[in-house]
Order: sequence, then C-alpha cells, then structure tokens
Amino acid sequence: MREVAVVAFAQTAHTDHDTGLSEPELILPVINEVKERTGLKRFGFTCSGSCDYLAGAPFSFVSALDALGAWPPISESHVEMDAAWALYEAWVRLQHGDVDSALVYGFGKSSLGDLRTIMTLQLDPYYLEPLGLDQVSFAALQASAAAGDRKELDAIVRRSRADGRSNPYALDLPEELTEEYAVEPIRKSDVAPITDGAAAVVLAAGDLARELCERPAYIRGIAHRIEPHYLGMRELARSASAADAARAAGVGKGPVDVAELHVQFAHEEPILRQALELPGDTVINPSGGPLAANPVMATGLIRVGEAARRVHDGTAARAVAHATSGPCLQHNLVTVLEA
Amino acid sequence: MGNRCAVIGVGQTHYTTKRQDVSIAGLVREAAVRALEDAGLTFKDIDAVVIGKAPDLFEGVMMPEAYLADALGAAGKPMMRVHTAGSVGGSTALVGASLIQGGVHDRVLVVAFEKQSESNATWALSTHLPFSASLVVGAGGYFAPHIREYIRRTGAPEHIGALVSVKDRLNALKNPYAHLKIPGIDLKMVQSTPMLWEPIRYLDTCPSSDGACAMVLSSESAVTGTPAWVHGTAMRSEPIFRAGRDTVSPQAGKDCAADVYAQAGIADPRRQIDVAEVYVPFSWYEPMWLENLGFAADGEGWKLTESGATALDGDIPWNASGGVLSSNPIGASGLIRFAEAALQVRGMAGEHQVDGARTALGHAYGGGAQFFAMWIVGREKP
Repeated sequence: MREVAVVAFAQTAHTDHDTGLSEPELILPVINEVKERTGLKRFGFTCSGSCDYLAGAPFSFVSALDALGAWPPISESHVEMDAAWALYEAWVRLQHGDVDSALVYGFGKSSLGDLRTIMTLQLDPYYLEPLGLDQVSFAALQASAAAGDRKELDAIVRRSRADGRSNPYALDLPEELTEEYAVEPIRKSDVAPITDGAAAVVLAAGDLARELCERPAYIRGIAHRIEPHYLGMRELARSASAADAARAAGVGKGPVDVAELHVQFAHEEPILRQALELPGDTVINPSGGPLAANPVMATGLIRVGEAARRVHDGTAARAVAHATSGPCLQHNLVTVLEA
Repeated sequence: MGNRCAVIGVGQTHYTTKRQDVSIAGLVREAAVRALEDAGLTFKDIDAVVIGKAPDLFEGVMMPEAYLADALGAAGKPMMRVHTAGSVGGSTALVGASLIQGGVHDRVLVVAFEKQSESNATWALSTHLPFSASLVVGAGGYFAPHIREYIRRTGAPEHIGALVSVKDRLNALKNPYAHLKIPGIDLKMVQSTPMLWEPIRYLDTCPSSDGACAMVLSSESAVTGTPAWVHGTAMRSEPIFRAGRDTVSPQAGKDCAADVYAQAGIADPRRQIDVAEVYVPFSWYEPMWLENLGFAADGEGWKLTESGATALDGDIPWNASGGVLSSNPIGASGLIRFAEAALQVRGMAGEHQVDGARTALGHAYGGGAQFFAMWIVGREKP
C-alpha cells in the first residue's frame, strides 16, 4: 500500500456543556489550526463524520462546509459514523495515487439532547428499539457478561481521569469516584461524560508527509470489522470484531508503546486490551481517553490523533488507535501508526 | 484513479409507495441478493459492504448500518455508511469503487435505500437547527425559486417542464422497477395537475418511494459475467451559504463534470456519451442540468429538451429508466442512476435499453444543489 501518514492533529478544548457555539463555529478553529500547522490551504480530498440525531435535524453536516471555506468547490464526502471512519475513507482515497493530502474532521454536541436515549434509536427498530433499552442499559449487559474486577475498573477510571486532568483538551473530572450505579453493574463514574467537541486530522502521502511533518506518524495498518447486531448472537465478554480488525491491521507485528482505545465504559478497556492482544507494558489512553472527554462522532478520530501526536513528539515509536461504533462494541476500527 | 473497477451485478426492488410486506432489512436484502444473483455470487464472495441513505430522520433509525449488518451479510467484514445528502446514492457507489481502485478489496457490495413510508420526508426535511428558522417547506419549496430564476434568465417557455414530466413517465412504462406508471400521460394531463411550488405542478415532481438498489463492484481480476467498466469518478461540494454562488448552475456541478469527463477522455459529452442517468427530481432540472453538465450551452438546455433529443429515441437519451421523476427512494435515487448507467453499457436495460450504448453518465446531486457525485461507465476497459 501507499505510505500515508498523519501529519497534523488538532482538537477543541472539550466542554461538558453547550457553550453556545454552532457546529461550524466549533469546527472552524481546529480546521484553521491544522491548515496553519501544515501550511496547506487546499486538500486533495476532504471527509468528515457526524450524526444528524445529535443536532436533531437532517443534514447537520451541510453547514460544516461553510467552516471549511469550500470554495472553489472541493472533492468531499461524509460518513454518518465516527470520523475515524472518515479517516479510513480518506486513507483509501489516498491509495489511488492521484492526490497526496486529505483533511478529516469530526464533531458532535451531545449536550444538546439526551444521548443515552438517542442512542436507543440505533437499535433494530422492530425488535430491539421498542424495548426502550438505553445505551447504558445495553452496556450494562456487556459489563455483566465481562464481570470485570471492581478494583481494576476503579483503577481504569482513576487513571483516565488523572490523565484527563493533565490534558488541556479533556474535561476536569473529580478524583473521587461515585458508588452510585448508572445501571448495575455500571457505576456513574464508569460512563464516558457528555461532551461537546471537534477534531481535525491531516493525512499526507509519500514525500509530502516528510515535507509537512518532522516525524510523520505512518499508517502501517488500518482495518475495521462489524459483527452481528443482536447481542444474543455475540459472545459479549469478548470483542471478536476488534480482534479481527487488530489482526488485519497487524497490531501484533511489533511492540505497542501507546494505545488509544475508544472506551466509553470502563469495562470495555479490559475487553479491548484482550482483543487487541496488547502487551502488558503498553500505555493505555495517556490522553485520558473517552472516559475523560467523549465528543461523540469525534472521539474515535481523536484516538488516532492522540496516538499520532505521541509518534510526532517522539514519546512513541509505534502506537495503536481504536475506534468503535454500534451498541456494545459492535463495530471496531484499528489503526497502527509508526514513526 | 487507481486500479480498474467494474460493475458486475445490479439489483433493484420494485419501487412503490409502501412496501408493507418487508422490513427495512428485508428491503435492502432483496436488492443485495438480486445484485449478487446478477453477478453469479453469494455474500461469501463479498469483501466489504458500503451502505448509503439520506437523513436518518426519514426512517427514525440512527446509523442503521449497525442494525443492517446482519441482513447484508456484513458480519465479520468491514462496513461503511455514507451520507452526503441527496447525492448519497452516487457517493455510496463512489466510496465502494474507491475501495477497489485503492487496491483494498476485490469485491464490494454497495447498497442504498429509503423506506419513505416509515415517515414523511417533506417534514423531516423541514426541521431546522435552533435559531435558524426557515420559511421553506420540503425540497420543492427550496428548489422552486432556483427554477424560476432559470426561466427568467433563459426565457424558457412554460411547457418545457411538462415535456420532461411526460417524457420520463413514458420511459418508466418500459422499466419494470419504476414506481409511477401513468399510461396515456400527456402535456395536458401534467398541466392540469395542481400547482405545488410555482412553477412545479404535482406531476412535475418525483414521488415518495420505498426501495433499495445494490451493485456488486469488482476489481479486474475478480470480474464475473458482463462488466460495466468505471472510466471516471468524481465528487464535488460547495458551501450552501456562500453569497456569490450560482444556485441555478452550481460551480461544483461544472467542476465535477469537468473532472469526470477528463478522466474518461470526454471532450464533447453530447456526442461522446450515449445515455445519461441524471438526478432530475423536478422536471425543470433536466434543462438546467443539460447546461450545467455541458450537454448544451448556457441558456440552450431547454431547446435541447424541446427538440426531443433527450427522449429515448433522441440522440442523447436522458433518464431512459424514467429517472427520479418516476421512482424516488431518496437515498437510493443516486445509486439507481449509477446502476442504470451500468445496465445500459452492459446491454441489460431491457425494454428501455438504448441501442448500442457504450458510454454512460451516472449523476446525483444533493443538499442545496451543492453536493455532486458522478461517474462514467463504459462497455470497454478504460
């Protein structure tokens, strides 16, 4: 495959409430930041990820084009998925060989509605959605199946929050954990917080990557897999699709210094560690991960950005990023980045 | 443009107002199975699935790829969901083709659908973000002023729209999958229907349809059956609120066409393209797109329509299938255009086949006439 690298990454200082910014206003600064950092004003391809249901209106991505200054018209596409899949689409497009750069961005304001209930609309509309199970209830089924050690889960949340507090872009969440259940066995502090935010990444191929970035984070493998929707058809304590994606991306072909995992509930971290077969010395979610900031639809892309950032600054030689979609880790994307 | 890519299977459902006999999953599976049968393949032969549809509010299912993974045989495979407004069907084909052109996969199933009977698209389109109130109801309310501006600029006589409405519906009578079948339709019938959004009358608009369309795309080494080769692919987008943009003949449409023509070696689309499937949801968009896509000079598109050149027996048939005016499962409408273009060059379009079609254009647009997706397919390898 053609060598493609993450050469720039920017994200908003995420908030736990609506600051009054519209989506284009949220996106504009991060787009400008990656444009400034790379010196690129135009890109060979642009792709974004967002979800109409967060805004509660159709075509919520349309006005984002105003933030891009898409004039003259640009070659552009959109996925109604986490923007990590927009990055995948852009990586595929760069494989054609006729364009060398791509802009990828994602955004979401989950403060505007009731995210837990909204996510119910993602379920089979005939057999599952009418049951009214919300996102946390679904996750609780998986948490029960995984039967994680409470001390280990608390340690995951404490570590994520501590890392989040030292990450200027993540939320400042308290050190003390609550014993109150969201839905048993999931405690309120096990749940990724409601967050508004956006992120942008620039991909570059070949010589352009080296021109734009001192230490490009090369995508050595990227793959995703979906599994059956119905929980009864899956072994919930494991993530077969994450394991398949990790093998296809080649996670096990070398050491993993850092892994940024799309962990929206504490119990998902051990499941993913096992699926990706991450070595014991891998640093997990040094950014704090989604448990410290979860701007839905940008969260997966931020994992790629955070992993790439550690390759850029030399703290990692090889890093892994994971993104997920669908109820209970139904769909997983794994990216391997190397210096 | 990367590796060669071909369409080797096409599957459609019979478009209709309400498919109450199937679920959404049943609908998309019906199209997918037909496309696989056409290619002589099964779900096992597919490497990845790309699905597209217009806003999730149309059915009330958010990110439905999660729920549809099982019905489309995607479990254990990569699956993607594309959404680029009305052009999404076209974009879905292009994202699928991109996976082949980029050398990532050998066989990709692309599917697009809309089950409009699950809700009311006009009102789903009339929900706006807070503090951005709009006086526009539905797509017709948005596009009618652009059509009036086209008429003002070109002096097109008022019957041009109705000519397209009649022509496309006559073509639909020859397409077994088409939704609207109105035997005996003529100018007088169209002109006697109620005015909805001036100058758009009831029969100048597309119907609300339930339906799905699927294609199997293949790399050169994995071709089965009769291929339609992809000669060019392009997408273009422009901002909806840019003050200086021309909404009647958008720059993004012109640039997208120029890009796809350059890839396919087309200098004169009127002469070099044998048949075009173009997204015409309101009849007047035929003359407007004839100009935007370079089939006619500025201000001359309506004359081409009036001359009969775009009829099935004309020199450049447009929408031989009956087009969006005859079948409109919104999210699938673009993919149907791309698929019908492929059927024509494969010589498999049946009664609405254009004799000797070797090169065809598939076109889709969406948003405020700001998102464009196009491809050129041909009988010969590029």
